[in-house]
Amino acid sequence: MSTTAARADELRSVLQETLDHASAAGATAADVVAAESLALSASVRLGEVEKLTDAREKRLGLRVFVGGRSAIAGTSDLSKRSLRRFAVETVELARVTAADPLNGLPDRGALATEAPDLDLYDTGATIVAPDDALQDARTAEAAALEADPRLDNSEGAEFSQNASTIAYASTLGFDGGYRRSSFHLGVQPVATADGAMQRDYWYARARHRTDLEDARSIGQRAAARTLRRLGARKVKTQEAPVVFEPEVAASLLGHLAGAVTGQSLYRGTSFLLGRLGETIAASGVTVVDDGRLQRGHGSRPFDAEGLPTRRNVVVENGHLRSYLLDTYSARRLELQPTGNAARAVDGGPSSSPTNLYLEAGQHSPDDIIGSIDRGLLVTELIGFGVNQVTGDYSRGAAGLWIEHGEVTHAVEEITIAGNLLDMFRDIEMIGNDLTFRGSIAAPTVKIGRMTIAGS
Amino acid sequence: MTTTALPQQLFSDRYGVSERALEQALGSALARRADYGDLYFEHATTEALSLEDGVVKHTSKNTSQGVGVRVLAGEKTGYAYSDEVTVGALDQAARTAGHIAAASSEDRTVNVTPAVRGHDLYALSAPPIQAPLRDKIALLEAIDREARALDPRVKSVLASIVVEQKLVMIATSDGGLTSDVQPLARVQVTCIAEDANGRQRGSFGGGGRHPFQFFLDGDTHLRYAREAAREALTNLDAVDAPAGEMTVVLGPGWPGILLHEAIGHGLEGDFNRKGTSAFSNLLGKRVASELCTVIDDGTIPNRRGSLNVDDEGTPTERTVLIERGILRGYLQDRLNAKLMGMPATGNGRRESYAHAPMPRMTNTFMVAGESDPEDIIRSVDRGLYAVSFGGGQVDITSGKFVFSASEAYLIENGKRTRPVKGATLIGNGPDVLTRIGMVGHDQRLDEGIGTCGKDGQSVPVGVGLPTIRIDGLVVGGTQA
Repeated sequence: MSTTAARADELRSVLQETLDHASAAGATAADVVAAESLALSASVRLGEVEKLTDAREKRLGLRVFVGGRSAIAGTSDLSKRSLRRFAVETVELARVTAADPLNGLPDRGALATEAPDLDLYDTGATIVAPDDALQDARTAEAAALEADPRLDNSEGAEFSQNASTIAYASTLGFDGGYRRSSFHLGVQPVATADGAMQRDYWYARARHRTDLEDARSIGQRAAARTLRRLGARKVKTQEAPVVFEPEVAASLLGHLAGAVTGQSLYRGTSFLLGRLGETIAASGVTVVDDGRLQRGHGSRPFDAEGLPTRRNVVVENGHLRSYLLDTYSARRLELQPTGNAARAVDGGPSSSPTNLYLEAGQHSPDDIIGSIDRGLLVTELIGFGVNQVTGDYSRGAAGLWIEHGEVTHAVEEITIAGNLLDMFRDIEMIGNDLTFRGSIAAPTVKIGRMTIAGS
Repeated sequence: MTTTALPQQLFSDRYGVSERALEQALGSALARRADYGDLYFEHATTEALSLEDGVVKHTSKNTSQGVGVRVLAGEKTGYAYSDEVTVGALDQAARTAGHIAAASSEDRTVNVTPAVRGHDLYALSAPPIQAPLRDKIALLEAIDREARALDPRVKSVLASIVVEQKLVMIATSDGGLTSDVQPLARVQVTCIAEDANGRQRGSFGGGGRHPFQFFLDGDTHLRYAREAAREALTNLDAVDAPAGEMTVVLGPGWPGILLHEAIGHGLEGDFNRKGTSAFSNLLGKRVASELCTVIDDGTIPNRRGSLNVDDEGTPTERTVLIERGILRGYLQDRLNAKLMGMPATGNGRRESYAHAPMPRMTNTFMVAGESDPEDIIRSVDRGLYAVSFGGGQVDITSGKFVFSASEAYLIENGKRTRPVKGATLIGNGPDVLTRIGMVGHDQRLDEGIGTCGKDGQSVPVGVGLPTIRIDGLVVGGTQA
């Protein structure tokens, strides 16, 4: 599955050609990004092969400027005869849009001058044979279903792999590229008791195959997570402390990310607008965005505008220290870009976190649960009930009820509600269990009080 | 040139994919002991314009093309796709997809013949992709002026128009060859209103498989602007939402997202074949009050969720899911229909060539009842009246679903009173419809903005609902 150096060179020459066409058509500046990927996924259900998918994709995205006017276009047709027309049409598109004097490429002096090797590509793994991939999925599912007779059904297990090459070039002379690989193995068993079914899941994801959690261990954790949901019931409507497991605590950071990224700030759609320097969280809360973690899920040597990625402290001991900005939003806010420009091949750059995490605290998850006289441990959240403008928060939840420091029974069909600003300020304990299973990560978190709606 | 011929001609002329090449690729796909194979060709163009700060500063145009090859053998699916549409890439993808089947030495020959199409629901003489950019820009600028003129507290307006033109061609190993041209347009408006107490957002939009003129007729676009502004302004005065079980009245139209989450996903064939849906084995059983009849209908002209044929080439249908409270049908694609011994219902859909099809909804709605909507509100002492929603989600196995109100009011002593902040509502799919006590005569379909996500694939859908009263739904506010 390796993309040879020759392939990468070919991709870079396509980028240069596209920029030349854009300039010839009248663009005063332009940048172009291309991504080429190979992917394999293999799934089994109840031990039998369910689906094998093989994918090859290659896309190119172009942004052109005509003075302060700009347009974006994307295509998967990289043939020479098509690229010229594609570039000409994109420049024509820019000419009909309104000008914005802040539009443009970054300052030349801010561009990355080196691309550190962040070990994002697993050169050892190359392509996994379908039978090998299916075997991992089978092992994970079997380990889950063997764990208990109540685990009597399954939505299956899947192994997937992706290898991609990303290249970026601009008329400022920037020309860079890097490769990434990723491996994923997940299983979703179903358990039945007293006529009611529950499902849950566990998964691992890594840039290097050898970093993946063992297939049997994934299956066993999926089994335990599913079994603990059996017998779930509603609890009474009340106010109580709420503990978020790492998987769901990370979603709170996702909402924070939405509120500190440039476009939500200059558009006035962030509940953290105008709060730079203020206390927005409890004193133990430090949130970091680091684009250069070795083997990180959100790592990249330079951002989508060619700026070096870096470590930004977003929240330091409860104080909001930094927004995450691309070039345009930084100019709008009269701040400096932070190396957080990201773009889908088909879209323009916008600000986005890289590896965003809440720094680990002192407490073990058991200590946190033990500190609660009566409250909720949330293990899953569903729905979209978060208002980024006001911070108002209301989501469907499932989890475990805690009485006198001990888990007593599973809970479902309830909601938890509050306001994100109040919730961050009311973080009472932070776990010591931070692990990176995605680009946004958090340890266990305890919030002092939220409204639980149930019976 | 008819619209039926157009995609075939495109794929043949531009990419050299002739009927002969299709037959060869299907032959390669079925070279092993497979039951069925199909080829899905797609060429899609998407154009998007968005307005902020009063002007259109962002425009984009994206073209994607590709082919997906699928092979079925029993419950196994082999799928390979490529964005290179060449005879060589097609043949390679076909062989890759065919690997799931056991080896065989038989020669397979396939003959494809152009099939007759089921419907002609959106043949547009002027598809929206062809409307001039300057007209689209003028439309967004008019929306901006209308929203700002409504009230000085409207501080910013974000408006966008996204239009798509998708050409598809589907060849199947049972000899079918179908093609379709699928136009789609959507206008979305978001307003931010601000006063001394804070900021709030309101959103509104609409669209469908319509020409661009649809938005200008009757100043529909200006109505979107006013509705988005009104929702933002209303929410400036919103008080905290209540928390706990109470009676909820849903307004007509878009609140039909209830049906989509509470029952629609649970009735998709894949989960029922596997026995992992909370609705598994409930066919013929009571799952709703007898006031409820729920339909999934992919054949409504020009609707966002409608299709002439689904993404497996099966003509779409009107499928009765619940008839006077009794569960009557599932939503099926070819694979699950065959494995369950049921008819395919034209619900095999996919996001693009990069995805294998699966059972999905089209336009899902409840038929009208007999109650006066005003009487329904009057019947409630204390409860919530919700008229607009942001989105929802369901856990198909446990049946628990949520949907989040973006505009809602308290009902006190039979009267609609103060607006409340958005709150998530949560319920249990298999029993929520049994607690519907009143159904209004004001059935409406939504404006045409719905997108449904399942297993990483997004497809456009529609919903519809009359005003209904539900007892004992959990409202997730903060006022315990």
